[in-house]
Amino acid sequence: MMSAREREQSTRAELVETIFEKSKPGRRAAVLPPAEVPEPPLDELIPADLLRAEPPRLPEVAEPEIVRHYNRLSRRNFDLDTGFYPLGSCTMKHNPRLNERVAALPGHARLHPAQDPKRAQGALELMWLLQESLAEICGLPHVSLQPSAGSHGELAGLLLTRAFHADRGEARTKVLAPDTSHGTNPASVTMAGYEIVKVATDERGGVEMDDLRAKVDDEVACLMLTNPNTLGLFDENIAEMAALIHAVGGTLYYDGANLNAVMGQSRPGDMGFDIVHVNLHKSFSQPHGGGGPGAGPIAVSERIEPFLPRPQVVRRESGNGSGPSYDLDHERPRSIGRLRGFQGNFGVFVRSYAYILSLGADGLAEASETAVLNANYLKARLAEGRAGKYTPVAFDRHCMHEFVLSGKPMKRDLGIATLDLAKRLLDFGFHPPTVYFPLLVEEALMIEPTETETKESLDAFADAIEQILTEAETEPEKAKNAPYTTPVRRLDEVKATRKPVVRQPLG
Amino acid sequence: MTRYTSATPDDRAEMLAAIGVESTADLFAQIPEPLRLGRPLALPAGMSEAEVYERLAALAARNADCEEQVCFLGAGMYDHYVPAIVDAITQRSEFLTPYTPYQPEISQGGLQAMFEFQTAMSELTALPVSNAGLYEGPSSVASAAYLALGASKGRRRIVVSRGVHPHSRETLATYSQGFGAEVEEVGLDGGVTDAAALARAVDGETAAVFLQSPNFLGAIEDVEALGGAAEEHGALLIVAVDPMTLGVLRPPGEQGADIALGEGQPLGNRLDFGGPSFGFFCGSEELIRKMPGRIAGETDDADGRRGFVLTLQTREQHIRREKATHNICTAQALNALAATIHLAWLGREGFRELGELLVRRTAYARERLAAAPGVELLYEAPVAREFALRLDAPVDRVLDRCAERGIAAGYPLGREYPEYEDGLLVAITERRTKAQIDDFAEVLGAAISAEMVAAS
Amino acid sequence: MADASYPDDLLYHDQHDWARLEGDEHAVFGVTWYAQDSLGEVVFYDPPEVGAAINKDSSYAEVESVKAVSDVIAPMSGEIVEVNDVLADAPEQINDDPYGEGWLVKVRLTAPGEAEALLGAEEYRKLVENG
Repeated sequence: MMSAREREQSTRAELVETIFEKSKPGRRAAVLPPAEVPEPPLDELIPADLLRAEPPRLPEVAEPEIVRHYNRLSRRNFDLDTGFYPLGSCTMKHNPRLNERVAALPGHARLHPAQDPKRAQGALELMWLLQESLAEICGLPHVSLQPSAGSHGELAGLLLTRAFHADRGEARTKVLAPDTSHGTNPASVTMAGYEIVKVATDERGGVEMDDLRAKVDDEVACLMLTNPNTLGLFDENIAEMAALIHAVGGTLYYDGANLNAVMGQSRPGDMGFDIVHVNLHKSFSQPHGGGGPGAGPIAVSERIEPFLPRPQVVRRESGNGSGPSYDLDHERPRSIGRLRGFQGNFGVFVRSYAYILSLGADGLAEASETAVLNANYLKARLAEGRAGKYTPVAFDRHCMHEFVLSGKPMKRDLGIATLDLAKRLLDFGFHPPTVYFPLLVEEALMIEPTETETKESLDAFADAIEQILTEAETEPEKAKNAPYTTPVRRLDEVKATRKPVVRQPLG
Repeated sequence: MTRYTSATPDDRAEMLAAIGVESTADLFAQIPEPLRLGRPLALPAGMSEAEVYERLAALAARNADCEEQVCFLGAGMYDHYVPAIVDAITQRSEFLTPYTPYQPEISQGGLQAMFEFQTAMSELTALPVSNAGLYEGPSSVASAAYLALGASKGRRRIVVSRGVHPHSRETLATYSQGFGAEVEEVGLDGGVTDAAALARAVDGETAAVFLQSPNFLGAIEDVEALGGAAEEHGALLIVAVDPMTLGVLRPPGEQGADIALGEGQPLGNRLDFGGPSFGFFCGSEELIRKMPGRIAGETDDADGRRGFVLTLQTREQHIRREKATHNICTAQALNALAATIHLAWLGREGFRELGELLVRRTAYARERLAAAPGVELLYEAPVAREFALRLDAPVDRVLDRCAERGIAAGYPLGREYPEYEDGLLVAITERRTKAQIDDFAEVLGAAISAEMVAAS
Repeated sequence: MADASYPDDLLYHDQHDWARLEGDEHAVFGVTWYAQDSLGEVVFYDPPEVGAAINKDSSYAEVESVKAVSDVIAPMSGEIVEVNDVLADAPEQINDDPYGEGWLVKVRLTAPGEAEALLGAEEYRKLVENG
């Protein structure tokens, strides 16, 4: 929350200038090393018609100005290191700075991906150890670290499914997913060449089993689930769901976005899942970076293993007493192939492996236990007072690591929508929860506190909600026109979309 | 409490009381008994920060990184000098720890940074529209093919030059298993795409033609001339480029490309054994509504202040779901920011000068190395910062000998290009000094000679 | 358009689309006040091609707001003879004048008898008011 003076200052013209607008011909930051070699005109080395006539109009700014520009820009962001960020489905847990330190070690950071595996044994061993750790956490024996994000893992899982069926001479057409599924699930289904079929949710918040039974047939390649689901509820019918899809020869896919609820408590492999993706930027503390980088490694069962992407990190026993060695295995005849360049987001692996080492078996179980405790506590706080009245929980049972409220009574009785509540929360110094997802719940608010919040932090959030709803009882316009104290107020998204301006025009 | 959590026994007691349960076990009761793990994970117990550091340092010590070996490896990722301000800025909490700017009022830093990135990449490629980044180069190629199929009303063919990075071609083949493209490869001649073969391959069923310049072997392609085949048949021309060469080489937007994309690592990002980096993706105005990934747009707020938002969100998975242009959610925003800072640091003149430096040092290196005994150029075509050699000794053995003398000599071409079994790809950055190049020429010649002696 | 309005001279489809018959063989289609109100401010409309065949009860186009996409359902079957080009630059006409300047397509009907299955203004108004 900014003071009036801070806000006043933050809107001064120079602060909203782009780096291009700060450019002045002749200024520069870079001093390059001298050539040391002969310097013929470029057109003696490269035909003139392949050369660029005018350099790109990058800004001309000196270093102090660049630093000042981006520092000021950074202060126009709210971030997790600064405040509570209960964005449901994203697991905004603390990002340990130890992980940044080890990722920056030159042995990791300045290692070329095409370095001979013989000379990258530390990196390959780290990847192998991470694979083994994720295999244990997921309860599935074989892991590929290649996918770059959860969506990428989903695509991989669906392509693995396709290869699995093709190997059996089958070509299936449909994938089932609950109507509460994250948008990436159906988007991945289409990219993998399948048709999405939605399965309904029952009044307890789990998959509607009759609907599922009616829709499972031998045209179904895969059932995509997350457990707990996006309502934060563990679906106890999972064993039957697994049996149903396996009985028709389909695969069961786990979207690992909600793994934070069950690490060390229950394992997707034991629930019957064939393929799991893990979001390292969620449960395994990789910083979110304003929208990445992350990573989406996949763990699979024995029968899916032959189709894993290539290359795969493997460990070989030496047999001559000199210890194991690690390698990139490209000889995988039934592999679906590559999903991306080189080996994956190794820098993310370093951080996540450091996190797993730091927490260990005991710490990982404690993390999920505390995540579930924190979520249920906050849910209990928000069941009291005006929150309980105007934004009741959508499904009245114990949640796991997240829960969903509905702003429908608030909209009906106070005339403010979930969007307005979210915008008013900005003035109180909180990042709002995820809003309007899942689609199943009207005026949804999805809240995931994570295990790294203190009780005081949760209480402060609950108190803020109470305050906003109290204010809305008499002055609903305050929320409708919020926020007031942020660097900008509500933005005209209609204008931005009708006539998109997606770059700085340069004269 | 072990790490990063704060729930003391008193906190727990208060919280459990408020929830109305005896213990957290009651909260986990919703998981059926047979599915409870019921034992600790078979992983070591948690360690102190100091111990974790030692473990990670020990692993790092077993890697021959670019401080230990002089690096002539390229193949899409390069050992450039990244200025210190990049880390100083990207390590700031405000950029490092938030997520995607779904609440724009408190994300103006990230959104404006995206807008600046989009502007910079648009400038580099000379195409008007850029997204805020994808994962890396090769998957961006596959994503472009997905766009082309969606945009081409029924065409299913993709024609791709073997000059395109093998990882890109392999990734395209993998993704094609899903969205059903028929991919045909066109070979090289004299180090560049065989123009006649390309013209024969493209027809009225072709959705897109993919080229890369400089290509994987380092040769600069005449994209405009080759692109004629695409234009003639109404196929999209999609060009993968090395962004670091765009200060001196003609940009794809001026050569008829509809989409320019590629591996962004050379801009502002570490090698990190291959990731995280980012992919850039730029296109013509007409394609804006079909583009994958986040796009930041400029607008005003309720008081008339300038601001930025995610725009054209109806393309994306969180709204469009199964009809989205792509499934991407988390991308590589921090890596794109690093690129923007690096480009600002280089600036208009510095970026051009760096390109010139690369071209001249590369020309020098190419000449010195080709003069070494047992070394020939694989082709004569002009290059920018990378080139291919043919060696008179087994490449793997030569690489081992060079490594013993502290040099990572380059990328062996044989695995992905069986036709160039004795080929070596050598990359130059501004960190490769004249002295290092001279030394390399000597070491390379000696290594080949030693191998020839050993073989005889 | 601020207030709900359902002109009497139009026929309505329960997926919130209207049809204005013009003679025996032609009709103009659009979306109703309820549709544009639910969607919010329209930012983009991607028209179908002239000459395309459209089928009753099927989607023939999409209308987009900032945060949502809506299928436009054909009230009757036919061949598109004209599309409203004005909407490319001014999609907000769908909000401001859904029955006039905000018309979407004109079709040559292939089964004029399908009009029987459509609702009158009163029936449609009852449908939307009762949710």
